[in-house]
Amino acid sequence: MSTTNEDREVILSIKHVDISFDVGHKKKFYAVKDANFDIYKGETFALVGESGSGKTTLGRAIMRINPCSAGEIDFEGKRISGAISHEEDRNVVRNIQMIFQDPAASLNERATIEYCVSEGLYNFHLYKDEDERIAKVDKALQDVGLLPEHKSRYPHEFSGGQRQRVGIARAMIMDPKFIVADEPISALDVSIRAQVLNLMNKLKAEKNLTYLFIAHDLSVVRFIADRIAVIHLGEIVEIADSETLFLYPLHPYTISLLSSVPMPDPIVERTRRHIDYDPSQLEQTDEKRELREIRPGHFVFATKHEFEGYETKLRGLEAERAAL
Amino acid sequence: MAENRNVILSAKDVEVKFRVRDNYLTAIRGVSLDLYEGETFAIVGESGSGKSVFTKTFTGMLESNGSISRGSVMFHGKDLSKLKTDKDWEGIRGAKISTIFQDPMTSLNPIRTIGSQITEVIEKHQGISKAEAKQQAIEMMERVGIKNAADRFDEYPFQYSGGMRQRIVIAIALSCHPEILICDEPTTALDVTIQAQIISLIRDLQRELKFTTLYITHDLGVVANVADRVGVMYGGQIVEYGTVEEIFFDPRHPYTWALLSSLPQLGVKGQDLFYIAGTPPSLYNEIKGDAFAPRNEHALKIDFVKEPPYFQVSDTHFAKTWLLDPRAPKLEKPESIQNLHEKIKKMTDKGGAFHVDN
Repeated sequence: MSTTNEDREVILSIKHVDISFDVGHKKKFYAVKDANFDIYKGETFALVGESGSGKTTLGRAIMRINPCSAGEIDFEGKRISGAISHEEDRNVVRNIQMIFQDPAASLNERATIEYCVSEGLYNFHLYKDEDERIAKVDKALQDVGLLPEHKSRYPHEFSGGQRQRVGIARAMIMDPKFIVADEPISALDVSIRAQVLNLMNKLKAEKNLTYLFIAHDLSVVRFIADRIAVIHLGEIVEIADSETLFLYPLHPYTISLLSSVPMPDPIVERTRRHIDYDPSQLEQTDEKRELREIRPGHFVFATKHEFEGYETKLRGLEAERAAL
Repeated sequence: MAENRNVILSAKDVEVKFRVRDNYLTAIRGVSLDLYEGETFAIVGESGSGKSVFTKTFTGMLESNGSISRGSVMFHGKDLSKLKTDKDWEGIRGAKISTIFQDPMTSLNPIRTIGSQITEVIEKHQGISKAEAKQQAIEMMERVGIKNAADRFDEYPFQYSGGMRQRIVIAIALSCHPEILICDEPTTALDVTIQAQIISLIRDLQRELKFTTLYITHDLGVVANVADRVGVMYGGQIVEYGTVEEIFFDPRHPYTWALLSSLPQLGVKGQDLFYIAGTPPSLYNEIKGDAFAPRNEHALKIDFVKEPPYFQVSDTHFAKTWLLDPRAPKLEKPESIQNLHEKIKKMTDKGGAFHVDN
C-alpha cells in the first residue's frame, strides 16, 4: 500500500472492545476480547475466522445489535456503542447497512421485491412521493444488475445469486457509508460467487463505500480485501494489509488457515500439507498477550518473548524474499 | 489403467424424473458411470446440476415423487434401479453402500446419545450382542479421531463440535464396512481448517479399509485434493470426465473451463473475476442441443440444435461438446487457466501468496 495508514481517514474505530454473554449465574462467556483496530474510509477490511471465533458478533456490535461489555466503537469520530440518542441511533442505522449470508433467510418470503427493497425507505421516509420511491427502487435494482420488472416478484422466484443481489440492493438504497457484509457469498455457488464479488467491488468504487467483509475463506478474501484481520476464539491474532498477510504470515493460526486453502491443482495438492493449529505450541505463560506492531501496519498478537521470535522469523522471510 | 481394474458399480443411461404437481421434471438425463474398485471419483457441478440426485439412485433414497424412468445401476449382478421397497434395499443401503451428508447436525438424532446411534447400526446389520456392538462402536470412534471415546460414548450430539459430529457420521457410515462410501458435500458446512482434517481422515480410512469413494462437491479445490477421476455435471448430464490431471490441466468442455476460471484462487486483485452469466437450464422443458449453450460465449450454431455426443480425448478422457468435432473451429481454453500448474506452483512455492513454511 502506497499511502501509510496514518494519513488515511478513519471511518470506524473499534477501541478495546469486549463482548460477553451471560452464561448461567454470574458466569460470562467472552465472544470478543479486546478487539482494537481502525477501518479506513474507502477500504475493504476483512475479518477472517472460523465459526465461533466472534467475527459475526463483532459485526453485529457495529450494527448495535450486540452491546459491548467494555470499550467503545466510534463511527466518523462519534461513539455509536452503548447509550446514544435516538437521533444518533437512526443515523447509525441509515449509514451502516448489512448484507447477510443467506439471502433466502434474510428476505421476507411473503413480500414482493419492491417491498423488500423499499423497507428502509419506508422506515426513514426517505422519499417525497411515490414516484420518487419507485425511481429509487428501480435505480437500486439496476445498480445490482436486476430489472425494474422484477419488482412485483417474490424472493422464491429468484436464483440464489439474484436473491443476494436483492439483499445488496436493499442495503444500497439507503445510500450507506459503511457496509457490514457477513459471509455474503458462502451460501452461493462458485460461479455466482464471482458475480457477487464483482458487484460488490463495482459498487464500492462507484459509491465510495467502506466494507467490513466477514469471511472464513482466505482465498476469497485475498481477492477482495485491502486489509485483513484474523480472529481466533474472540482474539484478533494478526492484522496486515492483504499482500503482507499472505507473504509474511506470522501467527501460527494464520499459517494454519493459509495451509487449509485448497488449491485447484492435483499435483500441488498431493504435496501440500495441512498444518493444524495447536495453541499449546505457543509460549505457556501468564503474561498477557497483546497486538504488537511488528512492521508499519502489521500487527501480531504475542507476548514480548514471542514477538522477538516473530521478528527473527520475519527477518528471515524478508531476506528470503529479497534473494528471490 | 482403467481396463485392468474391476468395475464395482456400473450406471447405464440413467434417467430420473420427478413429478411436480402436474409436471415432470427430468433431473438426470441419461448418465452413465463406471466406478472402479478402490478409486475416488468426484462429481462436480453447481447446485441443481443433479449430482446428489444421481447418486441417490445408488441407495434408493430418491424423494417419493422421483423415479428412475430409464437405465440401470448394476452392483454385484443386481440392478439397483429395479429395487422398490425398503426390504429390497436391506443389505445394500447402509451395509454395502453408505452415504455421508453435508450437515452432520441433521443426519444425527439430537435427542439420542452418540453411542446408541452408532451401535444401532452395528446391531442391525451384523446381528451381534449389545456389549460387542458397544466395543466395536468405541473402536470406530477412536478410529475417526475421537479422543476419550469411551467417556464420550454417552454424550449427545450438541456436546460435540461440528467437525466431531461429522467424524461420528463417518463412523456410523463405516461401521458396517461398506464397499462404497458416497460423500455428499461432506465438508461444505464445516470450517476450512476442519475441512482439511475431515478430507484427510476419509483418505486415511479409505487406504486402511479399502472402500471406493464417490465424492459430490462444488468445490474444485477439494476435488484436486481427493479425486483420482472427475466427472463434471451440468443440466442433469456428465458433460466431461477424465482423470483428475486431465480435468484440471487439459479440460475440453467450455463449462469445465468456466468452472475453473471462476475460482477466486485464480483471481487477480483489481480485475473482475470470471463468472458464468445466466442461470442453469430449467429441467421442466425438453432441452434442445447442448444444455450449456445459452450461457456459453463459445457456443456454435449446432449447440442450439443437436445434442453433442461424447468425443474421446484419451483412453480415460471424454467430453460432450461439439468443439471437439473435427469440423469445429479451433478454440483455446481461457487465458486464466492456461498453464494452470505453473501458475499454482508459483503461488505455493517460496515467495508465493499461498506458500506455507512447514
